[in-house]
Amino acid sequence: MSGSAILFDAPGPKARRLSRILSVVGIVLIAAGLAWVVMTLAAPRQTSGGLELPGMFDESRWDIFAEPIVWRSIGEATVRTLQAFAFGAVGALILGVVLSILRTAANPWVRIPATVLIEFFRGMPVLLMMLFILLVFSTGALWAVVAALVVYNGTLIAEALRAGIESLPKGQREAGLSLGLTPLRTRLLIEFPQAFRQMLPIIVAQLVVLLKDSSLGYIVGYPELLRTTTNYLANFYGNRYMFSLFFVALAIYLTINLLLSWFARWLSRRTGSGSRRLGAAGPAGAGGAPLGAGEDTASAAASSNL
Amino acid sequence: MQVIFDNLPTFWGGFLMTLQLTVVGGFFATVIGSIIAVFRISPVASLRGFATVYTEIVRCTPLTLVFFFCAVVLPILGVDFPYLTFAFIALSVYTSPFVAEALRSGINGVAIGQAEAARSLGLGFGQTVGLVVFPQAIRMTIPPLINVFIALTKNTSIAGAFFVPELFAAGRALVNQNGNAVIALLLGVAFFYLVITVPLGQIAAHLERKVAVTR
Repeated sequence: MSGSAILFDAPGPKARRLSRILSVVGIVLIAAGLAWVVMTLAAPRQTSGGLELPGMFDESRWDIFAEPIVWRSIGEATVRTLQAFAFGAVGALILGVVLSILRTAANPWVRIPATVLIEFFRGMPVLLMMLFILLVFSTGALWAVVAALVVYNGTLIAEALRAGIESLPKGQREAGLSLGLTPLRTRLLIEFPQAFRQMLPIIVAQLVVLLKDSSLGYIVGYPELLRTTTNYLANFYGNRYMFSLFFVALAIYLTINLLLSWFARWLSRRTGSGSRRLGAAGPAGAGGAPLGAGEDTASAAASSNL
Repeated sequence: MQVIFDNLPTFWGGFLMTLQLTVVGGFFATVIGSIIAVFRISPVASLRGFATVYTEIVRCTPLTLVFFFCAVVLPILGVDFPYLTFAFIALSVYTSPFVAEALRSGINGVAIGQAEAARSLGLGFGQTVGLVVFPQAIRMTIPPLINVFIALTKNTSIAGAFFVPELFAAGRALVNQNGNAVIALLLGVAFFYLVITVPLGQIAAHLERKVAVTR
């Protein structure tokens, strides 16, 4: 329950009845809408040539899923998607850490090029980067996808980490320096672990983005989930399976992504780093708690990542 | 370099199409996103539930799949629009939950005492949200909203792969014609994207600083 309950009265009997009626009306409308969609999909359709095609839930559109080989190739495609994701995630994390350290360096000769680099890569589409790497370095589709995902998400993670470092109290750095640590060691040993933990939900949310963007491999010719199902399999078994194959691919993507984003939310609740972030939005202390405190920071953080 | 100037009209056409996709997609995403955000905080439980499920599902669907659904699956299902319309639909549907979340996080950022004060003055739900919470939320919402629009600008490149002649598609076509100038051409495309995204990012950062001070 979000804190929005404060926005309206504790409902009396009348309001509760009204709310219940509206709720029921809403449910009925939504259910009717869903039913309409399902019915439309299920209804057999006439082509312009007068041919009658079976509905989308007709057995003849789903029977290939009885064959283990279909599931095998879908499984292999899922592995390829996850492979691109895994390489991309590890690379992006490493690049993000390195860039954030360069970006916050005291030396302008390091800081300014890092800033320019980050701004440059942050502002351009991943897809363009994939095409660039594919054509210029002729790496093959997998490494084009991975490299573009690493560069793009690495810069975004670097920015998140920088924000984390900057939000730390100044005393942390001063304490490190006064203990006789060098500036670099202060950053690595004192500031960095805190910033990383604080920004963990945002970083995981960025990894969800990375996973979603791995589907761009479809466009540059990497045989990931979408390309395998809707292109190879649909071509092989016939176009009438297009809808079912797409549906299965969508279901697999949704499952993986929902699990990851729930993990992000769980993480932000556990580390409590979220409340700090939202706390920055409103004055701290009693009575200053933001509406819906803490509960959904991961989603708030994720909202800026797409 | 010469290649870019020779093909400037192509770049320019693609750039205008990208702008159009961004503006129209952003507009409808804002409309849908605002409705979803209002649903999300409304007193009616079924609307809240619907908005939550919509946000979760759309946000976890890769944009490529949304585009694929609009441009390939919908025509199979008998929906017949020009590809540009499909691109508008895909972009605004995909972006809407992010807009909704940005709006909601702005509302969540307003101190709870504000809403309590409004309520204790006897304002209703509409008045509390419209007169007290929203005007405060909007200033906190603008920087994240701009970030959403920056992402939208970059995402329009996917439309290029689904038959809309925007910047990315223009770049790809030019690369196919001039195989010897791949780097220059693609850097040219990148430049046109940066022309949109970097100033937007500067505005967002500026506003963020300004809001941080007034808070």
